[in-house]
Amino acid sequence: MADVSKVIEIIKRIGADIEANKEFLTELDNIIADGDHGINMDRGFKAVDAIIPTFEDKDIGTILKQVGMKLLSTVGGASGPLYGTAFMKAGAVAAGKTEVDMNDFIAMLEAGIDGVVKRGKATTGEKTMLDSMIPALDAIKASYAADQDAKKALDAGVKAAEEGIEYTKTIKATKGRASYIGDRSIGHQDPGATSFTIMLKGIADLI
Amino acid sequence: MKKIINAVDQVENQMIEGMCKAFPQYVKKLDAGNIVVRAQKKEGKVALISGGGSGHEPAHGGFVGKGMLDAAVAGAVFTSPTPDQVYEGIKAIDSGAGVLMVIKNYTGDVMNFEMAGDMAKDMDGIEVKQVVVNDDVAVEDSTWTTGRRGVAGTIFVHKIAGALAETGASLDEVQAVAQKVIDNVRTMGMAIKPCIVPAAGTPGFELADDEMEIGIGIHGEPGVKKAKLETADEIVDQLLEKILADIDYAGSEVAVMINGCGATPLMELFVVNNRVADVLADKGIKVYKTLVGEYMTSLEMEGFSITLLRLDDQLKELLDAEADTPAMTVI
Repeated sequence: MADVSKVIEIIKRIGADIEANKEFLTELDNIIADGDHGINMDRGFKAVDAIIPTFEDKDIGTILKQVGMKLLSTVGGASGPLYGTAFMKAGAVAAGKTEVDMNDFIAMLEAGIDGVVKRGKATTGEKTMLDSMIPALDAIKASYAADQDAKKALDAGVKAAEEGIEYTKTIKATKGRASYIGDRSIGHQDPGATSFTIMLKGIADLI
Repeated sequence: MKKIINAVDQVENQMIEGMCKAFPQYVKKLDAGNIVVRAQKKEGKVALISGGGSGHEPAHGGFVGKGMLDAAVAGAVFTSPTPDQVYEGIKAIDSGAGVLMVIKNYTGDVMNFEMAGDMAKDMDGIEVKQVVVNDDVAVEDSTWTTGRRGVAGTIFVHKIAGALAETGASLDEVQAVAQKVIDNVRTMGMAIKPCIVPAAGTPGFELADDEMEIGIGIHGEPGVKKAKLETADEIVDQLLEKILADIDYAGSEVAVMINGCGATPLMELFVVNNRVADVLADKGIKVYKTLVGEYMTSLEMEGFSITLLRLDDQLKELLDAEADTPAMTVI
C-alpha cells in the first residue's frame, strides 16, 4: 500500500492541505471557540515540513513518531497533544517497517484514534474530532473486510468522516473550548473533525 | 487589524524578552523557550509553575517572584504551551522539594501540563503534583463535560499557594491550600468589545454598539449570551447574582478582584467596584481586601470580570503575606 517515499508524499500533502485550509479551519474555530485551530495546525505541519529531508533513510514507524513529536512540541492547545499522540501511536505500530499494507494501516489508524480517546478522555457525540475519526475507522474496517480493496475502503472512510462533520453540526459541544458556549455551538461544524477529514482525504487521494 | 507589533510570529517571544528586560531583578527567560523563571532561584522550597497562552499579561510571567510563582510558561497567543516547554520549566525550578503545577481548566492546558509532569516524573524523578483552577461560573459544571474554565481567580491561587510555599511547607500542604482557594473562588466576566488574536487578524465575536457579551472567557471566545448593553450597576448585579448563587458567601469575609480585560479604563473598573462593594455590604458579606486592575487580560478586550474568594484565617494570612513580583507587590 505505501512505502517510505509514499508516506513522505502523504505527509507533504497533508501539510499542503492544512496550509490551504488554514483560514477555513481558523474561521470554523472562531465561531465556536478561540479561533486558532488552522493557525496552530499550520505552524505544526510547517515545522514537520522542515524535518522531512531527514526522513528518507528512516522506517515508517520512526517517521511517524518524529511527526508526532514535532506536532506535540509546536502545535500547542489541545490539538498538539491529540494529533501528536495519534501520530506517535500510529508510528509505534509501524515500528521498523519500510512498507505498510492496508491491514497495517488499519492497525495504525486504530492505535492513533485510541490514543486520542485516552489522551482527550473523550468519546463520540461530544462534538470533537472523534465524531469523524471513529465512524471513518469503522467504515474503513467494514469496507476492507468486505472487498479487500484499499482505495475503496479509504473512500468509504472519507465519506464517513464527512458525515461525521455533518453530525457535529447537529450536536452541542461537551468537550473542548466549544463546550463553553453551550447550545450556541449547535449548527456549527467541529474544526477538529474537519482537520482530520482533510488529512484522511489526502491519504485516500494518494493511495 | 491595527496593532503595535513587529511580526505576528514574534509577538510572544518579544513580549517575554521585553518583560525580562524590564524586570531583571525579578525574572529571567530560559534559553529553552518562552519560560520565565525567578532571577534568583530559591532552593529548598516547593516550586510553583503556571502558564498558558500568551495574551493574558501580566499573567503569568508578571507573577513570578518572591511569594508567588517560580516559573511561568507562555504559549502562543491564547494557546497552551507545549509539554516540552513546561517540562523545561519544571526542571529549572525544582530544588528537590517538588513542583506544583497550577493549571487553568482548558482541555489543551490540562493535557500539555500533565504530559510535562509525567515527563519530569518518569525521566528526572521530580515529584510533581497539580491543581486545576475552574472558577468561571458562567459555564455549567458537570462531570460529563470539560467543565468550568480557569480565569482570573487563578491569580489568588498563585498568591496564596505561593505564600505557603515560601514558608517551606510540603508539596502536599501547598497543593491542599491551592485546592482550598479553588474550592472557594468564583469569577464571572463580560465584554463590550472583542479582541483580535494577531495571527488571526479578525475578532473572536462581533458586537453592535449597543450590545454586550455576558459570560466571556479569557480567550476572545464568545460568552454564554449576547444581550443589550445595560448600566454598570445592572451588569454587576447580573454577574454577582450568578457568583453568589454558586457558593454560600453569607456571613463570610471575601477578597474581591475587579479584573480589567485589557482595554477597560480604571475609571470604569472603579465604577464597577462601587456597586460590588455596596451589594456585598447589603448582603452582609464583609470585604477583607479588594484588588482593582489588570491581572488576567485578554489582549485588548474591553470588559471586566468579578472574582470573589471566600476567606478563612489561613487564607487571609497568606493573602497578606509578602509578595514581590513584577505585577504584584504585598509588603
